[in-house]
Amino acid sequence: MNWKRAGIAALCVVPLIILFGYGLTRDPKEIPSPLPGHDASPFALTVFAPGQAPLARAPGDTVKLADLKGQVVVLNFWASWCLSCRDEHQILSQTALDYVGKPVHFVGVLYNDEPANGTKWIEQMGGQSYPSVTDPGARTAIDYGLYGVPETYFLDANGRIAYKATGPVNERIIRYLVDSLMAVAAK
Amino acid sequence: MTGLLAHDSILVSMAVVLFGMIAVPVAVRRGRRDLIPYAFAAVYTNFLLITVAALSMVYALVTHDFSVSYVAQVGSRETPLFYTVISLWGALEGSILFWAWVLSMYAAVVVWVNSRRPGNLVPYAAATLLFVSFFFAILLIGPADPFGVVKNVQPDGPGPNPLLQNHILMAIHPPLLYLGYVGMSVPFSFAVGAMLSGEVENDDWMRITRRWTLSAWALLSAAIIAGMWWSYEVLGWGGYWAWDPVENASFIPWLTATAFLHSAMVQERRGMLRLWNLNLVVGTFLLTILGTFLTRSGIVSSVHAFTTGTIGYYFLAFIAVVMLASLALVAGNSERLRSVGRFDSPMSRETVFLLNNLFLTAFMFTVLTGTLFPLAAEAIKGVKVSVGEPFFNRMSLPIIVTLLFLMGVGPALPWKAASKEEVKAKLLPPGIGASLFLVGGLLAGARNVYALLAFTFAGYAAFANLREYWIGMRARHTAHGEGWGTALFRLIGGNRHRYGGYTAHLGIILVALGIAASSTFRTEHEATIKPGETISLAGHTLRLKSMWGREEPQRSVVGATLEVMNGAAVNGTMEPRMNFYPMSQSPVPTPAVRSGFLGDLYVNLQAFRPDGSNATIRIIYEPLVPWIWFGGGVVVFGALIAIFPAGVLTGRRSEA
Repeated sequence: MNWKRAGIAALCVVPLIILFGYGLTRDPKEIPSPLPGHDASPFALTVFAPGQAPLARAPGDTVKLADLKGQVVVLNFWASWCLSCRDEHQILSQTALDYVGKPVHFVGVLYNDEPANGTKWIEQMGGQSYPSVTDPGARTAIDYGLYGVPETYFLDANGRIAYKATGPVNERIIRYLVDSLMAVAAK
Repeated sequence: MTGLLAHDSILVSMAVVLFGMIAVPVAVRRGRRDLIPYAFAAVYTNFLLITVAALSMVYALVTHDFSVSYVAQVGSRETPLFYTVISLWGALEGSILFWAWVLSMYAAVVVWVNSRRPGNLVPYAAATLLFVSFFFAILLIGPADPFGVVKNVQPDGPGPNPLLQNHILMAIHPPLLYLGYVGMSVPFSFAVGAMLSGEVENDDWMRITRRWTLSAWALLSAAIIAGMWWSYEVLGWGGYWAWDPVENASFIPWLTATAFLHSAMVQERRGMLRLWNLNLVVGTFLLTILGTFLTRSGIVSSVHAFTTGTIGYYFLAFIAVVMLASLALVAGNSERLRSVGRFDSPMSRETVFLLNNLFLTAFMFTVLTGTLFPLAAEAIKGVKVSVGEPFFNRMSLPIIVTLLFLMGVGPALPWKAASKEEVKAKLLPPGIGASLFLVGGLLAGARNVYALLAFTFAGYAAFANLREYWIGMRARHTAHGEGWGTALFRLIGGNRHRYGGYTAHLGIILVALGIAASSTFRTEHEATIKPGETISLAGHTLRLKSMWGREEPQRSVVGATLEVMNGAAVNGTMEPRMNFYPMSQSPVPTPAVRSGFLGDLYVNLQAFRPDGSNATIRIIYEPLVPWIWFGGGVVVFGALIAIFPAGVLTGRRSEA
């Protein structure tokens, strides 16, 4: 047994092992979006689920991004067939209520789904505080580069995409983003 | 109850395995040869105990014992019995149990067959196999425990992953893959055993494991082909290979194993490439473990979604230990592995084998690099990249066509050195085959340079390999006056390794032709049609007769019945379906495939109106795809010829 050679050969695989160890700490499915920092693509979408007072909008109304200038916008893409949308539903709905009267606007966008299914789902889930709109042909979803649902976009007061959350959001991240975006807008 | 029994038998097996592992070095170092039978007994006992665990799981699955965590995860009362049994390997924990079982069985067989051999090679090989067993036992009581106790027992479970209970090939592909993968641990254990026992200078370890390596290689080949077939028959995309990390993981060790099968012959014949062969065997085993790690840890992104837990860290620790130890062993022993012979001439079979090894290894590194590149890019530059088909195709096509060419040259050249006349006489005539296939490809409309090269070299190799049979048969026919059939039979029987290899070559050529033709000439068409309307492609016309739906216990099925038209006459029907499983958001398609000699008509139901008023049908014509499956069978048949003991194929019985 030549120990010197043995040691050199063993050393060769150390970088590979470190690489694998590093890989275990990463999630390959998590893909960064190039959108944050860019202007959000404009949209004008029709309300199908009115939401609850004081955030309610009449069904058939159009929600336009242009009308929301100067406000922080939380754009949540969801579907009735999406399981993890159930996890975040209550949190989003409740947090939106906490921000009533502040310059923040929550909008739900139904993705690849029938409005009737969406309405039924909201009913089953115990209501939704803010309105949801339909996205015919998933055009807005395509503009925003949706990978799947749920995904939530946080737009600053100037209509720029500040952050994109893939998968269900929690209360902490919503509050952190909305609060800091409001603080920037106030300056 | 069942869970407890199984759990305990795994725990006991760990103690037994640990004892066996320690007994071998103690027996050798202290000169206590009397301990070695106990080490062998540990191998048998381990097999018995893991068998108890595996059968307990099958029992728990069949009796729907939802108090066992694995059954609660994959079981369902509605799943047909057959799919319930095969869900033993349908998810992570079960597949690890199945792996451990196969490994313990292999170890028992290999020890049983070789236990009388004097020396320390077999004991050390047994200890190596026990070491690998020990790792899998740790997984089974730790991160991949299939026998967890469910506290809140449910009356029913979700059933297996819909994709895995949708086709019969799922019963074939995974076990073949495991049998092949795990089979590679036998040559590895003997290579390690040879180094530990100091018997590396004689080539016994290789002779003993020759049949094992061939069998594992044949099983792995069959598994890869079965996996392609499954993907083709179930996923509805009309393809069979996508360079997904999981597919690559099965293919990478196949490449090194194939290289070893060839270079082992150089060692047997000429005493060369000994260090290289040891590296190939160790490398193949490492790559099987690496492949399992890649696919089971969630470290690379794959369409094959696997649950990830802490198991990745266990695998990493195991890979680290095995890589460090085995590479250190090989390097430490390298001075003892000097070649006895040397290369006499560039025009010899061993030179071609050397080139073949070079290209197969380059192929392996290409696929491995492509698979690991996203990981390295993120680690070093922090960017997310994905490596897909364009990279793999561009990089591998030149290698593949070269290998096809070498496959024609190798069998034609003699060992040691060929004279100029010999080279001319052997290498020129296959040019006829090459020209024929080239013209055939051009006439069929192929213009892509790699497709044309693939056809040309496939023709060359086919001619060269068939010619070897012809030369041998003709010699027997003239010398002994044997009939052609008898001559062929005796020819193969007389040198099964050689002609088994040529048969496997012919199988690979069929696979290559299938792949080349289907990726060059594939045509497809998609249309939404109403009942009574037709859809046509490449001279085939289908008429939508009706849409239908039916409820099955475990799923609901929507299908379209299409009539295959031959003019005005109906020439059979095709029924592509969509299966809706309660636990799956998207439907699982079942395309309808109508195979002919020249290709498949592949029909998939893409979408439908719920009232049955129309259906969107995709129709694909896939030239020569059946050749891939048939070629895979020929490859395995070739390996079987080489594996079978002498006497089975010599034809002496028919003489009596």
